[in-house]
Amino acid sequence: MSTVLDSRSFLRWCWRQLTSMKTALILLLLLGIAAIPGSLFPQRNQNPIQVREYFTNNPSTAAWLDRLSLFDVYSSPWFSAIYLLLFISLIGCVLPRTIEHLKAIGAKPPLTPKYLEKMEYFTEIKKVDLDLVEKFLQKKHFRIRRDKLSISAEKGYARESGNLLFHLSLILILIAIGIGSLFGSKGDAILNVGERFINTPTSYDILTFGKYQAEDSLSPFSITVKDFKAEYDPITNAPLDYTLTVATANPAGASEKTEIIKVNKPFTYGSTKIYLQANGYSPVVIIKDKAGKVVFNGPTPFLPQDGNLTSIGAIKVPDMNPQIGFVSSFLPTADRDPVRGGFSSYPEVLDPRLLLSVWQGDLGLNTGIAQSVYRIDTSKMTRIGLKALTLNESYNFGEGSITFTGWKSWVNLQIVNDPGKGYALLGAILAISGLLISLFTRQRRIWVKQGKKTQIAGLAKNGIPGLEDEINDLVKELSNE
Amino acid sequence: MSDKSAALLSNNFIYSAMALYTLAFFTHAVEVAWSVKTPAASIKKTKLDFSRTERVGRLASSFMILGFLLLLAAVIFRGISAHRVPWGNMYEFSITGALTFSAAYLFGLKKYKVRWLGLPVSIAVLLTLGTAITLLYRPSAPLVPALKSTWLVIHVSAAIISGGVFLLANCIAATYLLMDRYEQKGSRPAWAQRLPSLEALDNLSYRLVALVFPLWSFAVIAGAIWAESAWGRYWGWDPKETWAFITWVAYAAYLHARVTIGWRGRKAAWLCLFAGSTFLFNYIYINVWGTGRHTYSGL
Ligand code: HEM
Repeated sequence: MSTVLDSRSFLRWCWRQLTSMKTALILLLLLGIAAIPGSLFPQRNQNPIQVREYFTNNPSTAAWLDRLSLFDVYSSPWFSAIYLLLFISLIGCVLPRTIEHLKAIGAKPPLTPKYLEKMEYFTEIKKVDLDLVEKFLQKKHFRIRRDKLSISAEKGYARESGNLLFHLSLILILIAIGIGSLFGSKGDAILNVGERFINTPTSYDILTFGKYQAEDSLSPFSITVKDFKAEYDPITNAPLDYTLTVATANPAGASEKTEIIKVNKPFTYGSTKIYLQANGYSPVVIIKDKAGKVVFNGPTPFLPQDGNLTSIGAIKVPDMNPQIGFVSSFLPTADRDPVRGGFSSYPEVLDPRLLLSVWQGDLGLNTGIAQSVYRIDTSKMTRIGLKALTLNESYNFGEGSITFTGWKSWVNLQIVNDPGKGYALLGAILAISGLLISLFTRQRRIWVKQGKKTQIAGLAKNGIPGLEDEINDLVKELSNE
Repeated sequence: MSDKSAALLSNNFIYSAMALYTLAFFTHAVEVAWSVKTPAASIKKTKLDFSRTERVGRLASSFMILGFLLLLAAVIFRGISAHRVPWGNMYEFSITGALTFSAAYLFGLKKYKVRWLGLPVSIAVLLTLGTAITLLYRPSAPLVPALKSTWLVIHVSAAIISGGVFLLANCIAATYLLMDRYEQKGSRPAWAQRLPSLEALDNLSYRLVALVFPLWSFAVIAGAIWAESAWGRYWGWDPKETWAFITWVAYAAYLHARVTIGWRGRKAAWLCLFAGSTFLFNYIYINVWGTGRHTYSGL
């Protein structure tokens, strides 16, 4: 029996500790500190390549860091623990106060204290009628408690309302983030100009689902990439504007509509948004085998390496026997440098070059290990040729030939469904409003008491200025009568 | 006017503003020096007589105001030359930041009579402008597509204004700690006697923080809205975002510490300095050495 009581009082003690202001402050500071390592170590979800590099460069430290989740800080157990505790603390702190605050609506200010002399502001004036005081305070929108010989008045009730609104909105934002990560999805698809995307899981290059989003819940639209235009500054080579023209249909197969997508202007279907994330070039080649039969014909997306779109890529031909792979670079405007070798000096295609090294052997496509589409694992291959091709030039590498026939632009579409977003925005707007209300409402009390003289006293929360003026006004008004 | 000549004009305004801040710096220094010499009778009097320094102080303030106006012109012409708001790279952030910092000072001058801060403020502005025009200077150029957004304008202006006020609050908190140390050891030296009381300093830095905390929250939210429209997520723990969040949390902790636990004085001042340094760290370290999507501003 007593153990039940003990454990219950222990739980109550824990709860009180957790929801105390000191704990909240410590948790708040901890959350800030816990966020720091994520900005110092590369994070898997932002920069998987850098994480991999870290592992190759410092394998033993990396293993330790990984054990402490330092490459996934924001989804780590300790980070989640801190913000969950803060969340609970916030609820435990704010909900009771909200209830109390709601109960106090319409309630009268507390009784006038016995001794006013000790208050922050205190003056005595010749005796005046309390009705005059009440009228003045009413005009100034004070809430008033009138007793026989005293008046207790309060103003700035909205401060607490604003404060509670702010904290409740923080809870709303946290819930919205939760909804987004549990019920949302996010994926990338790389499309050449002319290609069509249908919104099903298999069309994506990468797709991640929230824990509770069903895979068949994607909205069934299609997007055809009609045109992509990039404008560059001829002096700095910096991009000025990207314009993507697409034809969309919802569901796929319905009549198509033309839409424009820009970097800051995603296209929206319900809670799904389609963003233009990245772009690059796909050189188009025709590859024939020894017999002259076409074994490959089409564009291959290459990955840009710099602002002038010097791009690297891999053209893989698994259908030849033995297999052939081209480790290549695409230079939209070819230039040479004794140190760097071939590179591009302008991001538009003015003088294109396709640099190739031809590899023969096992492309390793059947090992089951996911491979980068931009690279070839040449460990089981031998190099059989090296060539730089200009437009429409062909190269015979012994096992067959390759012709560089043109190029297309590709775009990376990011397709995001975040059903929590709207709530997060609502929470943010309410939070700011609450903050403004609470920080700019001046909460103060004024007491007036009849004795031999009339005593006036005041108290301002947090020493906010302005109370003195208000009392002076009151005194002036009363002495004018 | 051609873009080039507007950019040139902007640079000349920067140099003239620097000249005025240098003047302001020296007059403020003279003001401080005179206030040390002024009280011949100070051994007897507990209150010092500062009437002689008053005129110098006013002159210093006029220099600060003129410097501010020239800096404002510099920022405006920079914007005209680039056909956009002048905050696309670190040079422009710095000059705009110096502008809002001195605006925050002038606001404080009007509202809270903080002329005594003129000396550190003029040094800070001079250093910022000097670094900007020598090390960070970039020719005026248009923005990359991701930066072309109304939300960028809103986000960055809110962030820069908050930054200016945060730094002012930091100056005051640092002054608090200095004065506190003097008073612990005995009494303030003569030059420091006309500075406000410890309590007034403490309240002043709190008031500034409370004033801009909502604006900073808004800056973070505007940044999230912009990130949502440019990158498809409103929050991604990019280093810049992370540090903005840390600054926000640190100032929230400061407000809580003061309002709900009743921290005052030294502890509060240290917390205020800590919060302010997270802001500076974000601006300097993450912009210059950091990785992440915010670093494409070409410095
Ligand atoms: C993300 C976390 C939080 C932030 C950003 C935050 C921010 C703030 C801000 C800005 C104020 C206003 C201070 C002022 O009036 O000057 C405040 C007040 C307050 N906060 Fe929080 N808060 C957070 C978490 C919490 C938690 C977890 C609790 C409860 C344990 C809490 C309880 C309070 C209380 C009781 C006040 C009222 C202060 C007063 O006016 O007397 N807060 N908070």
